Amino acid sequence: MPLLQVEAATVRFGGLLAVSDANLDAEAGSITGLIGPNGAGKTTLFNVICGLQSTVRGRVTLDEQDISGLKPHERARRGIARTFQRFELFGTLTTRENILVAGEIRQRWSKDKDEPRKIADRLLDTVGLRSVADDRVDSLPTGLARLVEIGRALAMDPKLILLDEASSGLSEEEKERVADVLQSLVREDNLGVLLVEHDIDLVMGICQRIHVLDFGRMIAQGTPAEVQADPAVQAAYLGSEEGAADVMEAAQ
Amino acid sequence: MSTFITFTVLGIATGAIYAVAASGLVVTYVTSGIFNIAHGAIGMFAAFLYWQLHIDWGWGSLPSFLVVVFVLAPLMGALIERVLVRNLRDASIAQSLVVTVGLMVLLLGLAQSIWPPNQSRTAVGFFVPKGIKFGEVFITGHQLVTMLAGGLVAAFIYLFLNRTRIGVAMRAVVDDRNLASLTGARPNRVSQLSWAIGASLAALAGILLAPILSLNVITLTLLIVNAFAAAMVGRLKSLPMTFAGAMVLGLIENYAIGYLNLSGWLAALQPSLPTIFLFLVLIFMPGARLRAGRLVGAVTPRVPSARRALVGSGVLLVAAWVLSGVLSGGDRLYAMQGLGLAIIMLSLVVLTGYGGQVSLGQMTFAGVGAYVMAKTGGGDTIQGLALAILVTGALGAIVALPSLRLQGLYLALWTMAFALLMENLFFGNVLGLGAIPIGRLSLFGFSLADDRTYMVFLAVVFALMGMMVLAIRRGPFGRLLMAMRDSPVACATLGLSLTRTKLTVFMLSAAMAGLGGALFAGGLTNVGSVEYLMLQSLPLLLLAVIGGITTVSGALLGGAAFATLPILQSYIPQVAGLTPLLIGAAAISVGRQPNGIAFQISEGVRKLLPSERRSTTAGSSTQADPGPRERDHEEEVTRVAAAAG
Repeated sequence: MPLLQVEAATVRFGGLLAVSDANLDAEAGSITGLIGPNGAGKTTLFNVICGLQSTVRGRVTLDEQDISGLKPHERARRGIARTFQRFELFGTLTTRENILVAGEIRQRWSKDKDEPRKIADRLLDTVGLRSVADDRVDSLPTGLARLVEIGRALAMDPKLILLDEASSGLSEEEKERVADVLQSLVREDNLGVLLVEHDIDLVMGICQRIHVLDFGRMIAQGTPAEVQADPAVQAAYLGSEEGAADVMEAAQ
Repeated sequence: MSTFITFTVLGIATGAIYAVAASGLVVTYVTSGIFNIAHGAIGMFAAFLYWQLHIDWGWGSLPSFLVVVFVLAPLMGALIERVLVRNLRDASIAQSLVVTVGLMVLLLGLAQSIWPPNQSRTAVGFFVPKGIKFGEVFITGHQLVTMLAGGLVAAFIYLFLNRTRIGVAMRAVVDDRNLASLTGARPNRVSQLSWAIGASLAALAGILLAPILSLNVITLTLLIVNAFAAAMVGRLKSLPMTFAGAMVLGLIENYAIGYLNLSGWLAALQPSLPTIFLFLVLIFMPGARLRAGRLVGAVTPRVPSARRALVGSGVLLVAAWVLSGVLSGGDRLYAMQGLGLAIIMLSLVVLTGYGGQVSLGQMTFAGVGAYVMAKTGGGDTIQGLALAILVTGALGAIVALPSLRLQGLYLALWTMAFALLMENLFFGNVLGLGAIPIGRLSLFGFSLADDRTYMVFLAVVFALMGMMVLAIRRGPFGRLLMAMRDSPVACATLGLSLTRTKLTVFMLSAAMAGLGGALFAGGLTNVGSVEYLMLQSLPLLLLAVIGGITTVSGALLGGAAFATLPILQSYIPQVAGLTPLLIGAAAISVGRQPNGIAFQISEGVRKLLPSERRSTTAGSSTQADPGPRERDHEEEVTRVAAAAG
């Protein structure tokens, strides 16, 4: 049984079906990719999973428990963390405080009372933000801000982490660092990762399974190799030239 | 039967006025994203302008009407949009609320200085005393005009939004400002037009309402509550639902007059019906959806160290002691009130400055606190003070609950409605025009009743509370509040119950206001109803903002400003009428800089001290900052792409 299961999720914005009957699952101790052209509904699906978006129908289960009716903070307490494509950082706080607050929020509801300051200290090293620990995050460049989002999400010690465009704006070096961090957490802590990502190389390189969303529909899923070979996927990416080139390049 | 028809006609006529006002509110809110609390005040101002042209200068009613509704009001709306609203594009709800509250106080002050309230004026309806008789029912010409106006406005808005180019552009701007600007619509012009239309509709509603209610500055300004209640039925979005809400509200009010024989204290229910209606609508509103995609990073003042706070407190105590000796009896009373209000403003520092929530009813909690203390024991006991804190804290929780699920705007407007409810049902009834005595605290058998002692005592309390507030700010709860203000969505996805956190901070704030109120009333030695009217909460908020609502010293400056204004007036009488004008104008000008004067002063001082220079850069984002800009751009690109795909 997978850690996370989304069944037949359907979201309607006025007359537009943003997500329609989408199924998706993610395993613990594994990195799952969610790709698709711009506007395919990836972020909307993330919002469905963490409770920020209501659905017309559909079910979300975590650890075999139906969490569809739960509020965002209740889902977080069950172990779902996320980052935001468009940044939802605590702009007036420092890097350390951003992670610290996450630990302190966790302390309010969690049974194990880990010292938040220790968590923050450890995570600053994990994501490599020690040098900017005392800078306000609204003065950080995009790449570092992404890392703060990841560090903050990890501070709640989640079972599953949803990363929305985790690598956009990151340098090659930072991308590698993120990939390393994720892979070690998956290996050592049995963390489940669900990744929305535009860097096809990165996705193909670190994901065990990939789901492909296009116009709100799940058009393919499988191992990276299977997905790359799928004609429907190639057709979807041909719609956007850049994406098509990426897929072709990665497939070669 | 004829009674029924009469009250139905009255209800529809009243409902039509609410509908006109509410639709103006909705049009401006959806196109510019700024909720205009001064909407009723614009209607009030227009009603007075109409009186000026028509009655005082003897113009005909039609030219006066046309000039006010189609020339002056739209110009006023466009001007407000240009000067105030355009600068508020990316402002937080708290900032934009403060600016429109400032505008409301400004218009109130302006109207009161142009048309002094001591002179009586009567608004005349249209076609008085003509009318049409249907059987036994007489419908006045004014009622017919009103109903016609409601129908015409509905038709006009419908046609405008659906059949004209600029109307369609307006709807596009509502959906996505950036996208709309890419397709050639000009958001600024659209927003300006919406404010012109909004002001015009407010003017129409004000002119129609004045003969029915009375040509009174405050009564007409409070039209905002009814309009807001109606607009809430349409969730500040849907115009048909807004019209329906307005009609229901108008009918309820008039049936209540016609059929419910409200006597005794229930008679006060009558003016409270819109508030009760609003309460019910709020309760049945579904919770707000959390939205992602907002980048916040305001300049925040540094939190002073405990040592620095201690030094500041010492200075304050010495100053209070010296001043209490220097000032004359009357001025000392003002100074005591200023200190009392500064304590109440500390409750706003926690709620608004740290928590990002706005309360427009803080003086109500202060009044309840004062009342509870006055009624407990001899009115001067520490038990009474403790009870005041408990009762106001609990009351704060009850008040906050129905609106906490919703966005900050609703909490603010709901507190305003609640303040009106308390004004009608509680203060008006229990205290009436009189006042009840309250003692000054005596501690451990030591009386603080002497003026000088009490003033120093208030300074001590302010210092202690200020240090408590700073301790909160430095601790986990303060960090949490800052985090919640910056990104509620992120807090929720980290497992925080926003409702509970907001409830906690609102309770804390209400209890602080209750404590401050009890001590403030002690300075006056009585609890009257005048100090705790809803309208008193507005200058309180504005003065706190002017002083600097994000800092403890800002609250002190706000209180000092309150104390200085009347003292100033006693020397320069001309200032008297201008006080609301000054407060409104100052609040509008600092609305974008929520850190207020206190921050400017402390930054100025810091620059003069060479030793401090190096440390200022840490923890402040005043230097050029590539981060957000870059992100903004990226955000826009992906948003546009997402919408296009």
